[in-house]
Amino acid sequence: MSVEKSSSLGRDAWLRLRANRMAMISLFILIGITILSFIGPSISPYAYDQQNLDRVFEGPGKDHIFGTDNLGRDLFARTTYGGRISLAVGLLATLVSLVIGVSYGMFSGYTGGRVDAWMMRAVDVLYALPFTIFVILLMVMFGRNFLLLFLAIGAVEWLTMARITRAQTMNLKRSEFVEAARALGYSHGRILFRHLLPNLIGPIIIYATLTVPAVMLLEAVLSFLGLGVQAPMSSWGSLIKEGAEKMDAAPWLLFFPGMFFCLSLFALNFLGDGLRDALDPKSSKD
Amino acid sequence: MPSIQNPPKIREMGNLDIQNLKVSFHTREGIIHAVDGVDLSIKPGEIIGLVGESGSGKSVTCNSILQLLPTPPARIEAGKIDWSGKDLLNQHDKKIRGIRGKEISMIFQDPMSCLNPYLSVLDQVAEPLVIHGMASPKDARKQACEMLVRVGVQRVVEHPHAYPHEFSGGMRQRAMIAMALVTKPSLLLADEPTTALDVTVQAKVLNILKELCTDLGVSVLFVSHDLGLVAELADRVVVMYRGKVVEQNDTRSIFSNPQHSYVKALIACRPTLESTPVRLLTVDDFMNPKSGKDQVLEKLALPSLNLDTQETLLEVQDLVVEFPTEDGPVRAVDGASLVIRRGSTHGLVGESGSGKTTLGRSILHLTKANSGKILYQGNVISLENIQDRTKFRKSMQIIFQDPYASLNPRMTVEQALLEPMKVHGLGKSRKDRIDHVVKLLEEVGLGEKYLNRYPHEFSGGQRQRICVARALTTEPEFIVCDECVSAMDVSVQAQVLNLLRSLQASRNLTYLFISHDLSVVKFMSDEISVMQNGKMVENGLAEDLYRDPKSSYTRKLIDSIPLANRSSNFRL
Amino acid sequence: MKKFVLSRVVQAVPTLWVIATLTFFMTRYAPGGPFDTEKAIPQEIKVKLESHFGLDRPLFDQYLLYLKNLLRGDLGPSFKYPGWEVSELIATAFPVSLTLGVLSLGIALLIGIPAGIIAALRKNTWLDYLPMSLSMAGICLPTFVLGPLLIYIFSTQLGLFPPLGWYGPADWVLPSFTLGLFYAAYVARLTRAGMLETLQQDYVRTARAKGASPWRVVTRHALRGGLLPVVTYLGPAFAGLISGSFIIESIFFIPGLGKFFVTAAFNRDYTMVLGTVLFYAALIILLNLLVDLLQAWLDPKARQAQ
Repeated sequence: MSVEKSSSLGRDAWLRLRANRMAMISLFILIGITILSFIGPSISPYAYDQQNLDRVFEGPGKDHIFGTDNLGRDLFARTTYGGRISLAVGLLATLVSLVIGVSYGMFSGYTGGRVDAWMMRAVDVLYALPFTIFVILLMVMFGRNFLLLFLAIGAVEWLTMARITRAQTMNLKRSEFVEAARALGYSHGRILFRHLLPNLIGPIIIYATLTVPAVMLLEAVLSFLGLGVQAPMSSWGSLIKEGAEKMDAAPWLLFFPGMFFCLSLFALNFLGDGLRDALDPKSSKD
Repeated sequence: MPSIQNPPKIREMGNLDIQNLKVSFHTREGIIHAVDGVDLSIKPGEIIGLVGESGSGKSVTCNSILQLLPTPPARIEAGKIDWSGKDLLNQHDKKIRGIRGKEISMIFQDPMSCLNPYLSVLDQVAEPLVIHGMASPKDARKQACEMLVRVGVQRVVEHPHAYPHEFSGGMRQRAMIAMALVTKPSLLLADEPTTALDVTVQAKVLNILKELCTDLGVSVLFVSHDLGLVAELADRVVVMYRGKVVEQNDTRSIFSNPQHSYVKALIACRPTLESTPVRLLTVDDFMNPKSGKDQVLEKLALPSLNLDTQETLLEVQDLVVEFPTEDGPVRAVDGASLVIRRGSTHGLVGESGSGKTTLGRSILHLTKANSGKILYQGNVISLENIQDRTKFRKSMQIIFQDPYASLNPRMTVEQALLEPMKVHGLGKSRKDRIDHVVKLLEEVGLGEKYLNRYPHEFSGGQRQRICVARALTTEPEFIVCDECVSAMDVSVQAQVLNLLRSLQASRNLTYLFISHDLSVVKFMSDEISVMQNGKMVENGLAEDLYRDPKSSYTRKLIDSIPLANRSSNFRL
Repeated sequence: MKKFVLSRVVQAVPTLWVIATLTFFMTRYAPGGPFDTEKAIPQEIKVKLESHFGLDRPLFDQYLLYLKNLLRGDLGPSFKYPGWEVSELIATAFPVSLTLGVLSLGIALLIGIPAGIIAALRKNTWLDYLPMSLSMAGICLPTFVLGPLLIYIFSTQLGLFPPLGWYGPADWVLPSFTLGLFYAAYVARLTRAGMLETLQQDYVRTARAKGASPWRVVTRHALRGGLLPVVTYLGPAFAGLISGSFIIESIFFIPGLGKFFVTAAFNRDYTMVLGTVLFYAALIILLNLLVDLLQAWLDPKARQAQ
């Protein structure tokens, strides 16, 4: 059988992404930060909560490459450990929002009619809620529970995801290949999962890439208000808060976590932009 | 209206001379030489038709004149565009702006998107006068209003603040014409100005355009894909093919004695109202006459169908389909009935909004009907029970207008064709099914080597072949063809129509062939129904309907078709 | 038009009810109460206080009572600020937050829109890359990093503006910029995207074909369509500015509503929390309505739909 080599949309998108220098740099930065965050605490000779009151406020040097804080804890260990938490919160909460938002949006958009109208009205009502306030309220009232944090942030972010998914589903539902699938007698399940979902992945990935930094920012805001992770655990948000307070005396306490944090957001946003360009169906159609 | 009713005059100015124009597009995928050495000249008062299929470079040539191409990606590589002694390609931006809309005006294809939705129509028509300082804003609006009335947009007199979305497509295109001619330019560039319009509207707009330009002594470059349409108004026709001019001559000679084989093919491959060939000639027949078997002589053995003895396959009785809108339900189909006989093609013609597509979809139960009956082989189809539904879906299929949109972009050809067989439990093994898919692909003129390709790697015509193959996977008896060649160039259209006909002969298929194009429907169909505003206007044998239309609407539809597209032996 | 506004107002009622109910039960089911503080209050005083505020009654009765009062526009007394009504507290603190919000929004629009337009018009030149990189930095630099940074530069080092407090216009500068720059970055990106989209439209080509100058093409033909995404964003942006200001308020020690809210939440000041949440929600609903009206004014098609 002579079968010619072929290129799928995914491969084309990857080639386009690879041609985007900023996006590729961002991807490498992200991979680097992720690896560092996950192996950092293990390669550091100090534990993230190991105090050494003899060596407080030490600037970056040979023993402590990022310096130490007011309790003599190693900032490198704390920053990389904080990275684990910040990235985990970012990814997990995004995952929560993804699962809720995509299923809600797909169901609403595919069903259409009155059900859709009511489901979207509900989203509108929720949109009118001052959500940041709600999350803060939740964290204040029910204590700093890690699981609650994921759920609360995920619950805020799913709304936009649902709207995007619904709009895309509505568009695709009217498209002729879905009509053709119906005419061929495919079941709703097959149409939803074999035909709609694969075509929704582009916008979903793009929005997810942009949700991760938004979630990380929200987590940092909560940490800043003292509602994030509890000491001695650290996240980039809580480290930045400490750093900002001691900025005059020990600027490195703000610099290193701040740099990691901003760099990650920067890279995620650039990657999201790059993905949008690469996955844009307009550019792959002739 | 003293300023408008000047006696017709031929201007001193207005000699356009394009020499050796080369335009390329620099894209990620590489360089495309869209225009590759075009020479073209327009004398004052002359109407030139620039004809070509998509990708021929006709629009690019037209847009280069006023330098309206997006640069990048477009780049003018070489050439000269001489306008009354000035080379437009070497002018300062400001000079070009002084010419745009004042000496040379332009009309574009899609009237829906070419008017600014945020500004009133009157203001937009008046704007060229204001920009070029030819009138005060108040005076400009007055002149604009006169011009709009002249092209038949009376509405602005009572509603001077009306916005584009309050007008129909035809009215918007009239407004575009008014806007282009309000400054009384010397040359009008019209880029496919009637392509997006219904035939009856197209005929009206074209008349207005021709009259006004003759009155005002404006020369016209009329760009179109439709050779027959161009013959209606052009003095001279220029035919482009792959970025080059292949032939130019006065309109009469082009039709009576075409020289280039591509032009011959273009003239021959259009289905016309009068002729009823078994098979349409294709560009391949002319360009590669020696390739393979002698296709020109190949005859299809179509059994002549005696409609009276054919059993009824499908019957629609009094069908009503309503769509809910904010202003209450709208009846898309309003009590339509038709009978389709086994082995025949039933054509369904109508303009946009006539309900023809909705009718086709409700026959397949893709759209729910509000009342009425659809009988298939004498039985009402029920989709309640899964077994019946599967059987029904298996025996009826549909082919849509846009083959790209009707293929899932993330599935290979193989996946797309295997899926229906899997769903309907056809074929014993995977190998069995793949063998069948390969056979189908060969039947529609594609081969095994395309199996692992994705839809975006094919041309439009090839994609439609894939869609046809997919529709055939379940071995249906009845296929709805919904405007399935409307978006195609005539040469590709001819191939797809031929394919549909030969499949009908070999598989004894029954078609419902829906189109806005009466010539195409006439070529394909044994019987034709005409729809207007959701209602059946006329039903009849194809030949009778054309020779002796019973309703005035059908008459109007036929009369709106350019003369050259009615008869294949067209002579001026 | 009137009908549209009226229907939106009517729609707001169930929304506010849902919010009130949610918040009411959430605060009540949360552990702790307004009078559990570190310093133990004598039991009998606590009981007295609780009965004074009606906290000893069945929960559902309290809920109904709250709703009844709410219908009369009465948000109740604050538990933690004796002698103060919640509405009085909001009336005191909100103008501060509003000033901060309006100033920041002004900064965001004044910087963001021109930057976005220029970037779109000079696509892929340094006039595009520079503002867009800055705006990316603006989005990635959280306010609680930018705030201390600005204080450090303009107050500690240069001594131009006071670092803390909210006494006069000089105090307004640093907080409004800290908050405004983040939104300016967003507005710039939205404006650029909107303008790029609009500049590709066929009607812009029509305008060029008429001989319109680049200036006229942009101001008369492209700007309206290009700014529509920004207008849509104004609602959430302003809501975010006002409700998100508590970070700024806590960095710069500004007595705004955000700070009151966070304190109230920590203190389990039930009525204050409820009142603030409802106030914020009503504000957001109002702002969304205003944005819709603005959009309709800009877009004749949306005008007709209403």
